[in-house]
Amino acid sequence: MFELIAFYTFSILVIGMFGIVVFSKNALYSMTALAGGMIFISGFYFLLGADFLGVVQIVVYTGAVMAVYAFGMMFFDTTRDIKENIKFKKIIYTLSLLSAMFIIFILLAPVYSFRVEALYPTIKGVGNIQMIGLILFTKYLVPFELAAIMLLAAMIAGIVLVKVKMEETPSNIEVAKGEK
Amino acid sequence: MITLTHYLVLSGILFSLGIVGVLRRKNLLMLFFSTEILLNAVNIGFAAVSKYYGDLSGQIFSFFIIAIAASEVAVGLGLLVLWYKRSGTIDLDSLQMMKG
Amino acid sequence: MEKYLFVALFAPLIGSLFSLLFTAKKKNTITAIVTSALLLISFVSSLTLLFAVHGGLVLHVKMMDWISAGNLNLPFGFVVDNVSVIMMVTVTLVSTVVNVYSMGYMMHDKGYNRFFTYISMFVFSMLILVMSDNFVGLFIGWEGVGLCSYLLIGFWYEKESASWAGNEAFIMNRVADLGMLMGLFLIYWQFGTFEYDKVFAQVGGLNPAIVTTIGLLLFIGAMGKSAQFPFHTWLADAMEGPTPVSALIHAATMVTAGVYLVIRASPLFSLIPEVGHIIATLGAFVAVFAASMALVNRDLKKIIAYSTLSQLGYMFVAAGLGAYWIALFHLMTHAFFKSLLFLGAGNIMHAMDDELDIKKMGGLFKIMPYTAILMAVASVALSGVYPFAGFFSKDMILASAFNGGNFYIWFALFIGAGMTAFYSFRLIMLVFFGDKVYKKLGFHPHETYPFVLWALLPLGILSTVAGFVEKPFEGFVTQILNKYEITIAHSTELGLIFLTSAFVILVIVATVYKYARGGFSKQIEKMPLYLLLKNQYYIPQIYDAVIFKPYYWLSTFAWKQIDVRIIDFTVDLIAKTFYGLGQKSRKMQSGNLSDMLRWMVVGIVVLLALAIFYRPGM
Repeated sequence: MFELIAFYTFSILVIGMFGIVVFSKNALYSMTALAGGMIFISGFYFLLGADFLGVVQIVVYTGAVMAVYAFGMMFFDTTRDIKENIKFKKIIYTLSLLSAMFIIFILLAPVYSFRVEALYPTIKGVGNIQMIGLILFTKYLVPFELAAIMLLAAMIAGIVLVKVKMEETPSNIEVAKGEK
Repeated sequence: MITLTHYLVLSGILFSLGIVGVLRRKNLLMLFFSTEILLNAVNIGFAAVSKYYGDLSGQIFSFFIIAIAASEVAVGLGLLVLWYKRSGTIDLDSLQMMKG
Repeated sequence: MEKYLFVALFAPLIGSLFSLLFTAKKKNTITAIVTSALLLISFVSSLTLLFAVHGGLVLHVKMMDWISAGNLNLPFGFVVDNVSVIMMVTVTLVSTVVNVYSMGYMMHDKGYNRFFTYISMFVFSMLILVMSDNFVGLFIGWEGVGLCSYLLIGFWYEKESASWAGNEAFIMNRVADLGMLMGLFLIYWQFGTFEYDKVFAQVGGLNPAIVTTIGLLLFIGAMGKSAQFPFHTWLADAMEGPTPVSALIHAATMVTAGVYLVIRASPLFSLIPEVGHIIATLGAFVAVFAASMALVNRDLKKIIAYSTLSQLGYMFVAAGLGAYWIALFHLMTHAFFKSLLFLGAGNIMHAMDDELDIKKMGGLFKIMPYTAILMAVASVALSGVYPFAGFFSKDMILASAFNGGNFYIWFALFIGAGMTAFYSFRLIMLVFFGDKVYKKLGFHPHETYPFVLWALLPLGILSTVAGFVEKPFEGFVTQILNKYEITIAHSTELGLIFLTSAFVILVIVATVYKYARGGFSKQIEKMPLYLLLKNQYYIPQIYDAVIFKPYYWLSTFAWKQIDVRIIDFTVDLIAKTFYGLGQKSRKMQSGNLSDMLRWMVVGIVVLLALAIFYRPGM
């Protein structure tokens, strides 16, 4: 019963939040709504017994990603509205619906034909975080380390890209060379 | 009783929302937000499948997806800032250099 | 002795390659000197080989394995025997003389160096042709001389008529070569080899019908190269080339390659006398046919060209009747006096600023006495007056025709001999005696360089005395060729000789008398027969109407209808389709990111739909 209520509450909240993100004209609202939506999504993880993932969701998304967005937005003139003249509205909605339906169909087909077998089954009596740790540092050690390197590279890239001084943007450099 | 189907339908709805955002918005920042929505929709699907099959692979994948999302934000925002410095706008229609 | 063979063969090639270096440069006398020296070396080597072969040697050299593929095994071999050595000596001798002569004749020509390259290349090809020990080598030389002939006929390629004549010669030869090639294929199919020795060793056991086919096909090739009817038109047009070329290629050597082929394949042809009979009949026909065209022609070189055709007919008569050694003998003597005649004509042309119409000359004897004497010698030899070279060989041919009981051939040749005497002395009289027409036309003729005349002297001597080697020649050549016995009574033979000689001399005297009195009246030029002969029996026009025009029409049809409408259209359609598609899909590439995203999502949807609905195995 509790699960049912929680699921529907979170569902409505998340859909509502993301709806605001997508349809709001103000970027600031969107960002705030996105941050809220992320926290509510972590609720699903807790419901699903993926405690570790729920924590990571809050820490990474709300703590890190949204903070980066918030800082990033300081560079932009967010007050200025961007003209959104959207053509092909019908096409857009049809495409979105179709793709979502197809994906769900593909995911559900094996579920209903019972062809899925657990590769790393959960063990009763062992905590979620403990299990994740076990698998992550045995079977998925190499991808884990690669992900770490990727994050490092992304961090360096982000710093380098933003660090370039205003007057030394690549286009200015090119123009200056051309003038010489 | 909440079944896997519930979660997958929710995932689908969120995915649709994300695609609508990607296709509809002309603000580049909004494009990034929509991408985050897409990734989260998929994450929910993975976590749900993981739970209902008692298989931890789904959670591990979600974990990696979160890592990728974080890197994407770092690099993407960096490029966005650079573009804004160059052109003074984050309007998607300003990116027309590849016109054939 | 092998080294003499290789020296004789490759010296002209070296000369050719040497002067090739200078072809793009200005005139350089060194090319002429080097090629002449190397041709002389080649001649001396050939002469050495001649004496060696006379001493009983037969050289058979396998230079290398040339093609070895599957069952096909072609060694690149050369043979120097009694027949090929005679050809080698003749070819190298005439080519040396012509080369030296050309130093004077081509003195002021732009293509001086190029000319000597071609001449030496020709000699090399000709030597390959005569020295090869198999049919493939012969065919390579055959095509090589064809190529050089093409290049030299079209030597002054900026002249439209010259390039046209070159093409005509080349294409006609290709048509005939098709027959030759088919003959070669048939030989390989039947014998599994191309080597003369092996082929001729097996030829006796073969089905006569197939031997006849091979003989006919080979003879078609020989007809093309030797310009026999109906392939004869190219030879007269080939006179567009420089005169030394006409002397060397279109009189002395290349055109006799057909005769050489028949002689070389004599073991094959002697098995099929009926084909030999066809050859002899055709030869007799051409002998009269060509001589008749020479009677009225006014072009100095074309008269000699038709004379060459006629003499080739004589050779084919002898070869067809099995008198191979006589054919070879006439080939040799003819090479001497005909090249002399051509080179003398070259002197006249040179003196007359390339004027060819003999009616515009006359009285040149005073100015160029030496040329006149040499040409008179050649003409007498050609007519067959004792003791000049032509007498011996031509009378042998007439005797062999009579001997075989082919009286109509004999009669044709008899008439041909009279015509030969007439046109030769008509030419001599019109050019060297009579009214000095050239003066009215403003020409200032002069005798040519002394060294050119000296170069002609050996030919003049040989034209005079070469006939006396008849008996040793017969003994020498018949060591490998079939012996040919004259079975008619000696008195009959002498009577025939006397009859022919008397007829020829009578014609000569009559001609000289008539032209000394001013020649024939203008009335004769309006006679139908005269017009028929003058227009070469209208054969060029007939070819034009029957072959060229329909073929041109067919080609135009193929071009306009098939090529443009169908092939080009199909190709263009494919190109246009893709171009149009590109133009349409170009709009996709608007450069706008949201458009791209939209297309991307469309792609995702399509792929997902495919993943769900498309099941190849089900």
